[in-house]
Amino acid sequence: MGRMADLMEPMEEWMRTGERFPWDEGEILRYLGYGRQKPEENVAELIRQCERELEDMAAPKACWREFPMAIREHVVDMTCLQTTSKSLERNLKDCERILLFGATLGSRVDVLLQRYGRLQMSKAVVLEAASVTMLESWCDWKNELLRREFQEKGWYMRPRFSPGYGDFPLECQRGVDRALELGKRIGVTLTDSLLMVPSKSVTAVMGLSRKPRACTVHGCEACGKKDCQYRR
Amino acid sequence: MDILKAMEERILFCDGGMGSLLQAEGLKPGELPGTWNVTHPEVLVEIHRRYLEAGADIVTTNTFGVDGLKYNERAGFLVEETVAAAICNARKAIRLAGKEAFVALDIGPTGKLLKPLGDLGFEDAVRLFGQVASVGARNGADLVLIETMSDSYEAKAAVLGARESCDLPIFVTVTFDEKGKLLTGGSPASVVAMLEGLGVDALGVNCGLGPIQLKPIVKEILDLASVPVIVNPNAGLPRSENGRTVYDIDADEFAREMLEIVRMGAKVAGGCCGTTPDHIKKMTRLCRGEKPVPVRPKGRTFISSFARAVEIGADPVIIGERINPTGKAKFKQALRDHNLEYILQEGVAQLDKGAHVLDVNVGLPEIDEPSMMEEVVKELQSIIDLPLQIDTSSPEAMERAMRVYNGKPLINSVNGKEESMRVVFPLVKKYGGVVVALALDEDGIPERPDGRVAIARKIYRTAREYGIGPENILIDALCLTISSDSKGAVTTLETVRRVRDELGGKTILGVSNISFGLPVRENINGTFFTMALQNGLNAAIINPGSDVMMRAYHSYRALTGLDDRCGDYIRAYAEEAARRKAAGAAASGVSGRKEGLGPAQTVTVHPLSEAGGKEATDKKGGQSLAASIERGLREQAACAVRELLKSRDSMDIINREMIPALDRVGKGFEAGTIFLPQLLMSAEAAKAAFEIVREQMQGSGHEQEKKGTIILATVKGDIHDIGKNIVKVLLENYGYDVLDLGKDVPPEKIVDTAVEKKVPLVGLSALMTTTVPSMEETIRQLRQKAPWVRVMVGGAVLTREYADSMGADRYCKDAMASVNYAEEIF
Repeated sequence: MGRMADLMEPMEEWMRTGERFPWDEGEILRYLGYGRQKPEENVAELIRQCERELEDMAAPKACWREFPMAIREHVVDMTCLQTTSKSLERNLKDCERILLFGATLGSRVDVLLQRYGRLQMSKAVVLEAASVTMLESWCDWKNELLRREFQEKGWYMRPRFSPGYGDFPLECQRGVDRALELGKRIGVTLTDSLLMVPSKSVTAVMGLSRKPRACTVHGCEACGKKDCQYRR
Repeated sequence: MDILKAMEERILFCDGGMGSLLQAEGLKPGELPGTWNVTHPEVLVEIHRRYLEAGADIVTTNTFGVDGLKYNERAGFLVEETVAAAICNARKAIRLAGKEAFVALDIGPTGKLLKPLGDLGFEDAVRLFGQVASVGARNGADLVLIETMSDSYEAKAAVLGARESCDLPIFVTVTFDEKGKLLTGGSPASVVAMLEGLGVDALGVNCGLGPIQLKPIVKEILDLASVPVIVNPNAGLPRSENGRTVYDIDADEFAREMLEIVRMGAKVAGGCCGTTPDHIKKMTRLCRGEKPVPVRPKGRTFISSFARAVEIGADPVIIGERINPTGKAKFKQALRDHNLEYILQEGVAQLDKGAHVLDVNVGLPEIDEPSMMEEVVKELQSIIDLPLQIDTSSPEAMERAMRVYNGKPLINSVNGKEESMRVVFPLVKKYGGVVVALALDEDGIPERPDGRVAIARKIYRTAREYGIGPENILIDALCLTISSDSKGAVTTLETVRRVRDELGGKTILGVSNISFGLPVRENINGTFFTMALQNGLNAAIINPGSDVMMRAYHSYRALTGLDDRCGDYIRAYAEEAARRKAAGAAASGVSGRKEGLGPAQTVTVHPLSEAGGKEATDKKGGQSLAASIERGLREQAACAVRELLKSRDSMDIINREMIPALDRVGKGFEAGTIFLPQLLMSAEAAKAAFEIVREQMQGSGHEQEKKGTIILATVKGDIHDIGKNIVKVLLENYGYDVLDLGKDVPPEKIVDTAVEKKVPLVGLSALMTTTVPSMEETIRQLRQKAPWVRVMVGGAVLTREYADSMGADRYCKDAMASVNYAEEIF
């Protein structure tokens, strides 16, 4: 949670001024496969360029809605959609309400990705890593604000869990989309094959419980896909 | 009564929100609201009636989101019956309320993002919207209200769909966010430019924000628009309270804010999400007596892209001229080879150099210009946000480009000939655009300014007859080279001045023609450019990469007060100033210049003419090339290979320097000591070097043999192609001819291409579990119809086991693995 505390102020500053995003450069390097190694100087320069271009083009937006929820006979009922998923069930243990959450960096980031995807692949892969990092950090910040808000009302918010994580079916995207009106509210649409457009978008659910949970596992560790190449 | 007439006489009121009222009546989350027109007509009639009694003049049908994508056989409700029922409900409510009112056929977004970002084709969208509009018109709607559009491209598709299938008035409202932007990046100016160009009858805003937040946006629109403005805000900003959405202002405050908006000049006022009959009632009571503010034509000249508007006026506009094959052998070859990357690269280079608009000319006798023009326009607007100038003499190419263009383009050109005006003006009228008008006619180019000004007058007059105002015309005063006519420049400048002073018109010039046939042309061009600007030139078609021209441009703006506190000038030359200062210091021996500070530095290579004999020199040059490739330094690699080519054979350089360097990088990548960005930078450096070698070989009549042809495609349903593009870069490096079929490619297309070109190897990429079945299907069809083909697959969700089970020949875990497989096969 140390990083979270460090994130709050700079993120608010960025939202206000649009100047310097609080980049998690270690995370960008991890996506690029560097692990803990330092990048070459020209790659570091490329990362800096991508960061500046994303600061100009990203227009992050989020939306959420709250619903009652219950788990009966292994069916997770989120009022607006029902599904069966062991990993989701674990994630939502003891929860009575649920937040559906959607966020995006907007379509102009996709225009940048397309540009370099056509003309300069080295920059495209760095941009890809940087934009994913940006989206994740921004969602972390937004979720932390929500967590605090609900904590004041006596609710403990669980970490976000997305369709496609573990055995939470990707097909649930449709229900989340309908319940949140993603297209109208933040401009996120689904393709027939359930890809989100703009591509740098996230949907997730966050359970709300009256009971705190001692240890919250989130991010890669919460996911059952142990063979993922980006796993921490 | 005609709604357009009614709007001149009084403020018209729209109704308010529909969704929350339906939910209160029992509409479930996720249920299609349009179906209630058929299943619960009495509920709809009642809601409409309540709005009418609250004072609404315009009843909006409950058809938001009704289109063939969601309403079809599968859903059990067809567009036809749903729209017909919706209009019937509205009409019934009007009868019950016993008052005169208009029925607006509501058209909302499809919920899909258009290609290339999303998966809905532009013409498919036009058809979907057209179907709804034609059903609406047949069933007696009074107007079409296209609303809640947050993507300019979809809004354009909707307007074209409606325009091409009915004669009803078209109103369009779009949704801005709190920063005043559409979700796809458009601004009030870019939206107004495009919609007015398309000839909509009224335009404005709805949803997204409350009246308080919308006011500055409405103000901006009112300052720009020459058609009536519609304002339908939400009932304030929403927040969630115990799971329910509530808004931050009440009906009284909403009404007070709307009164201000009406006084600012809005002609149609209503509500969107969260507003109820109570809001509308309070608003109409308060605003009813207001006299409508007359709409004044603004006469401003705007063009736009999906995200940017460019005003052509006092501040000169730079139009980049480089996307044009005239006199460029490489460009012509790129067109023949269908090498779009080359063209896109020209576009991005001009963007980086400060162009405001890009001219696009792809005319070459031996290619299909209309198809190429359409394709290039689509490609450019998917990667660059500058407005485009569609430059062609083919009416078909012009129309196809204007149709798919996402915004209001510049069009190059029309002229004073009857025939030209008869062909071009109807296109400008239909699709919108600012058109370049050449001051020539059937009698040729007049020698004197009088003749050119007379033609300009004729063009303005004729344009008016087509309903095109002078603000949408840029007179090209024409530059004839002074090498053949010493008065050429004077005539042009005088024409530019007179169009401004006598006709109040705006002008454009292809500046560099003036020096044709003369040595050191920049001398003449730069000075002439400044003179033309001083005479009132508004837009210049130039090469933004020309230092002399850009110096003239920046200096002119700084000198004429167009550049506030010389800010742009200082920014443009700060780096040069720093460089000069450092160079001055170095020359006086105070301090050294840092490595890699300026472009001059980055292109230097080791001097090869030092003592040590030819062999040593070659070796050193080879090292320099290999090192540049390994370190991913594009410019150095290019310079190094140029030097080497002076003394060594092309194939020798490729085989003894470049390939080994690439192999070392590839091995490093496989061993985990070199990472993906570096691998790709090396590949890009090698590519730059290869291109120079290839030119040399072509020059000497040799053609480098390709090792073989490989098809690459991202499978149907998948629109993420980063992995495929990485593989492409590397395969090309290793000498393969890659047929890149793109993303979202149907199996049939892959199979047909493989059969037609007898391709031995196909690479398929899929990113998502949901698209893996199309990969499987593609392999199945390949096995059936092209059994000789080997298939390699890759992508985030694939594993070796998965690939085996699909029947792929090879699972490639990364790009190097696909190169290795190709090397095995060929």
